[in-house]
Amino acid sequence: MENAVIQLRGLTKCYGKLKAVDDLNLVVNKGEIFGLLGPNGAGKTTAILMMLGLTEPTAGTAEVCGYNATANPIAVKRKVGYMPDSVGFYDSMTALENLLYIARLNGVAEAEVKERAHDMLKEVGLGADINKKTGAFSRGMKQRLGLADVLIKQPEVIILDEPTLGIDPSGVKEFLALIRQLSRQQGLTVLLSSHHLHQVQQVCDRVGIFVGGKLLVEGNLDQLSRNLFAEENYVVDITLKEPVATPWRLEHALLQMEAVEKIAVNDNNIEIACSQNVTPDIVRFFVNENFDITGVQQKEYGLDEIYQKYFENNLTENTDEKPGGFFQKSFLQKSKQ
Amino acid sequence: MKSLEVSFKNPFFKKASSSQPYTTANPFRVMVHKEIADNIRSWRFTVLLALIVLTFFGSMYVSLSNIATAVANVKDPGHLFLYLKLLTTTDGTLPPFHVFLNFLGPLLGIGLGFDAINSEQNSGTLIRLMAQPVYRDNLLLSKFISALIIVSTLFFSLVLLMIGGGLLITGVRIDPEEILRIFSFTALSIAYVAFWLSLSILLSVKFKQAATSALTAIGIWLFFTIFYQMIVNMIAKALLPNPAFISPGQTIYYNNIVLNVLRLAPGRLYTDAVTTLLMPSVRSLGPLTMEQMAGAIPSPLPFKESLMIVWPQVSGLVAATVVCFAWSYYLFMRREIRN
Repeated sequence: MENAVIQLRGLTKCYGKLKAVDDLNLVVNKGEIFGLLGPNGAGKTTAILMMLGLTEPTAGTAEVCGYNATANPIAVKRKVGYMPDSVGFYDSMTALENLLYIARLNGVAEAEVKERAHDMLKEVGLGADINKKTGAFSRGMKQRLGLADVLIKQPEVIILDEPTLGIDPSGVKEFLALIRQLSRQQGLTVLLSSHHLHQVQQVCDRVGIFVGGKLLVEGNLDQLSRNLFAEENYVVDITLKEPVATPWRLEHALLQMEAVEKIAVNDNNIEIACSQNVTPDIVRFFVNENFDITGVQQKEYGLDEIYQKYFENNLTENTDEKPGGFFQKSFLQKSKQ
Repeated sequence: MKSLEVSFKNPFFKKASSSQPYTTANPFRVMVHKEIADNIRSWRFTVLLALIVLTFFGSMYVSLSNIATAVANVKDPGHLFLYLKLLTTTDGTLPPFHVFLNFLGPLLGIGLGFDAINSEQNSGTLIRLMAQPVYRDNLLLSKFISALIIVSTLFFSLVLLMIGGGLLITGVRIDPEEILRIFSFTALSIAYVAFWLSLSILLSVKFKQAATSALTAIGIWLFFTIFYQMIVNMIAKALLPNPAFISPGQTIYYNNIVLNVLRLAPGRLYTDAVTTLLMPSVRSLGPLTMEQMAGAIPSPLPFKESLMIVWPQVSGLVAATVVCFAWSYYLFMRREIRN
């Protein structure tokens, strides 16, 4: 692999009988933003902790920046900035003091430590709150401070565990833009874990879907959707004013059309899968048949569909292996609406 | 204590200090620095400080107002050690300072250490800290060392204040032996607090909730100060033969057994050692026979002899401290730190 920064080989962690991480193989290259996607309890945090040498793997190795994370955690921690999912600060200290402490622990020279901390706080947008106690910080501010905390040691890799948890939507957008900007400017390698698909979609070059301790698939979004939905290239969703009766009398006629492969009728909603983009023909067909069309939507496959598809596959394979199963199901129901 | 050496000898520290000798601080020093600042700023320490200072001045006041009679008591072979008398004289209204310290010392140690690790874990700062290039044991050690530095500073300043005040008020020259005795009393008190400190740090590693570890530590402290002696005496009475029917040799033998069992309590070790150090007339901590006493001149013991008597007590206290620390080290090093 060309300059792999994070290299995991057969990484496994068992807690008693439960396999939190199961034979994880992953390579993240330099300058890349990699998203580790998965529901809660999928083992994302455990995998990350093993990359930092904070948890010992049961089997396999984690190599970060050329160092074995288990055998040489200090060297790894010097190169990697890590932001935990619920980042905590010393409440009785100000933002600046918190940051200075971490900077000093990382051996930033005393002569420049204050200046650097000031710059860093301004950069993450906390310039006005430098001397405020972190006990009074909101969740979003803490997250920003956490990012400053990660960046002040000038890492080569940053690992963010659920970085967008608990921030409001506009805050998330800003935060992710900040991460992306920093990554591009300084050539940082970023690994972020999340269960929020859309957010990851916005910033990641590549994603890996991680469920029940296993990495089901990895690649960029195009690849993923092409692999998955090979047989259903285009899906047109047509919404009608009046619900149609099932079985639908025109279903057969529509199937006669060229390129139309599959039709699903659901009240006033008709989903048509086709091998080519024949949306105009389909609309014409409906108009000719005197239907009142209120909406036509050409579906694109986003991460949501990919995610859901993988969960479906995974669910049929192992139904109740793990408590995560329940969550996946409820997650599915929610996204199916 | 050994881990301190280990981390200092570690190649990483050497490398860091040799490549940039003047600019970067050692992470361990940074941590100790921060812990001390944290402790001093906390309300908890202010309260403990007020408590200790208050008892100190209270007992000093009592002893100063009775110092004249104590020094004039010619029957006491140690009556000329004015400064030792300052620390031990009382008229019964208030116990002397070292007796106060016997039960305030644990409170100080527990207060400074009971939430050392678990509060960091609960607030999520532990994992953030552990993601920095520092050794895990450095955190434990920095908590211990920083509290110890604070306690040492506190005790030494109190004692120096006492000596200075005594010099000003009485104008009596201080004997070098008194200085030695008073300083070793201070060192011993620090060791005593250190034991409770390391015990409470151990409990803070063991228990996830700060309240649980505080309560457990206070429970252990109360057990040793109140119930332990009672229970041991009760059992001894039930098991040992009536002293009226056995020979004096056997009586001494059984007595020594009971004493040794009682000495398992750290408070007892501290009292024994401190009494011997502050009262030069104390010659033995166990029973003495008439033959042993025969021919003895009622004079104060030299400092070295007193130190020899209390050496087992001192070793016991230090050993207990080290055991607690080693245990917490063992628990903490392999533990999952995610919250």
